[in-house]
Amino acid sequence: MSFKKRFLALFAAALLLLGMSVPAGASSEEEEPAAPKRGVTINVYNWGEYISNGVEGTLDVNAEFTRRTGIDVNYTTFDTNESLYSKLAGGGANYDVIIPSDYMVSKLIEEGYLEKLDFDNIPNFQYIDEQYRNPDYDPTNEYSVPYTWGVVGIFYNKNYVKEEINSWKILWDEKYAGKILMFDNPRDSFGIAQKLLGYSFNSTDEREWQEAAMLLKEQKPLVQAYVMDQIFDKMANGDAWLAPYYAGDAATLVEDNPDIGFAIPTEEGTNFFVDALCIPKGAAHKKEAEEYINFLCDPEIAAANVDYIGYSTPESAAKELLPKETVENPIFYPPQEILDNSEVFVNLPEETSLLLDSLWAEVKMGGPGETATLVAILAGFLLLYIGIVVYKKIKAKRELQ
Amino acid sequence: MKVASKVYTFLVFLFLYAPIFVLIIFSFNDSDTMSRSVFSGFSLRWYARLFEDRMIMDALKNTLIIAVVAAAVATVLGTVAAIGLNGIRNKWVRRMMMNVTNLPMVNPEIVTGVSLMLLFVFVAQSLGGLSLGMLSLILAHITFCTPYVVLSVLPKLRQMDPHLYEAAQDLGCDPRRAFFKVVLPEIMPGIVTGMIMAFTLSIDDFIISYFTSGTTQTLPIYIYSMTRKRVSPEINALSTLLFVAVLFLLVIVNLRQARDKRAQERKEGLES
Repeated sequence: MSFKKRFLALFAAALLLLGMSVPAGASSEEEEPAAPKRGVTINVYNWGEYISNGVEGTLDVNAEFTRRTGIDVNYTTFDTNESLYSKLAGGGANYDVIIPSDYMVSKLIEEGYLEKLDFDNIPNFQYIDEQYRNPDYDPTNEYSVPYTWGVVGIFYNKNYVKEEINSWKILWDEKYAGKILMFDNPRDSFGIAQKLLGYSFNSTDEREWQEAAMLLKEQKPLVQAYVMDQIFDKMANGDAWLAPYYAGDAATLVEDNPDIGFAIPTEEGTNFFVDALCIPKGAAHKKEAEEYINFLCDPEIAAANVDYIGYSTPESAAKELLPKETVENPIFYPPQEILDNSEVFVNLPEETSLLLDSLWAEVKMGGPGETATLVAILAGFLLLYIGIVVYKKIKAKRELQ
Repeated sequence: MKVASKVYTFLVFLFLYAPIFVLIIFSFNDSDTMSRSVFSGFSLRWYARLFEDRMIMDALKNTLIIAVVAAAVATVLGTVAAIGLNGIRNKWVRRMMMNVTNLPMVNPEIVTGVSLMLLFVFVAQSLGGLSLGMLSLILAHITFCTPYVVLSVLPKLRQMDPHLYEAAQDLGCDPRRAFFKVVLPEIMPGIVTGMIMAFTLSIDDFIISYFTSGTTQTLPIYIYSMTRKRVSPEINALSTLLFVAVLFLLVIVNLRQARDKRAQERKEGLES
């Protein structure tokens, strides 16, 4: 009896809550009626945490798209370009819009995984600034529309790093031994060494890659760790003093922590990266996908989006809608000469990327010598285990007799 | 000696639970920087944001749907399988069948995941380019959950007096009625334990889901994809809630088992 009563009370409370929240929600969104549902759902595959999602008063981009067009969005996320690639290559997942980075775009184009875009359906492409069109990774600009961009720079702790940072050389400075972090991915790490040597990121010369690897091996004793997102914590609590990372993530680090600064090495130039909207081959809803891409290029939407993400927009029209302190901040919109002095990643030919993989393994593992020790240790454990098992068997047999 | 053993136990528990406590504490952290190392005051903001975040909620919804369906189906399948296995008279055949059933459990998850993905992709493509999604995820989860149900139901069947079933039939039950009236209540604790186990395993699973998910996203996959930028404290909040929920389930399971044991002992005491 009392259980029933309690249940009823709960139910009434729930109803009350519902009743209160409905009018509140309705009044705030009374601009224009939602478009009728079209019964189409597009599958979008984007980086994690890479779209404005309506939390704490920001614009919910996907919900807004559905409201305006009546197309539902099934939005899912990935963590690296490589997992996106394996998902596409593995089959079984039919995406309509994907957002790979520069070099992955060119890899996907080369391997025939992308569909040519119909730019008649993407009129908002006109807002994309001239300098972001026809990029090296998609020279004829038939397959991709830039979503966001950024540059790589160095985060540093102002309390310990007093000098001015204008060269990548500081990451090789023994003064900061044990306080330096490096990227845990080969292209970004090698990129720094390549720029220091004055080579291109997209070199196919084996000798140049070998030299870069030598340089990274030289640096290794000074490096505290090869990490990705852990740099946020390590920098914030002073565990590390110097770390190269993507400028777009500066918002979470620099803005709230006065001790941390960000500098783009001007001497050698840096990496300029782009994440671009593409449609994979065989997409079931290509037209609706193009509508989605067009929607994201709408300056208002693009502005709300980059305001949340923290990366930079390729549209001047969107830039005008952003807060002044963001646009004038050289972290987000570095001066033109830095951009002119930077280079974008392009897919490497098979040979070179195999070479890169093995060189990266050497840098991180410390060469074939350490692998041999590892194998020896494992073999030792295995032998010990077999020994124990055999010994026990023999003992058990003896006891039986 | 006693002190040493107490200290040792304490250390073991500290080692096991310290990460979870840190996670729980930082779910209440009032920090704009999403810091995971500096605690700057108590707040429930991440819990509020969590329920506002449609993506997390969608992923959670998917995870729960899959867990409920997979646990329910696996429980039925597993119980039927256990009864069948228990009925096999030939020792060798039974052992063989048991090994086959246990295979998905001892198989490395990644092997199960990849092989299921290959199978699903093949089937989906021969059915005209369907996409993997909820259905393939549910099938995969049923596959790896079923052996655990079998494993928890089988001992109950062994404990049961086989004559009970015969006696019921002697007293006029048809086989079906005898099963529902006599066998099922007897093995119920095992079934419930198996079901709860299947449920928690399904919520947990990352590797197999990762390969078979297609365009559907479960919570573990969503969390993993946050690692390029940073895992938001909303996830701490959610993990805390999940931890509490799982803890609650486990306590129920343990209480049930303890009660069972006591009932068993009482029964044996009466018999002797």
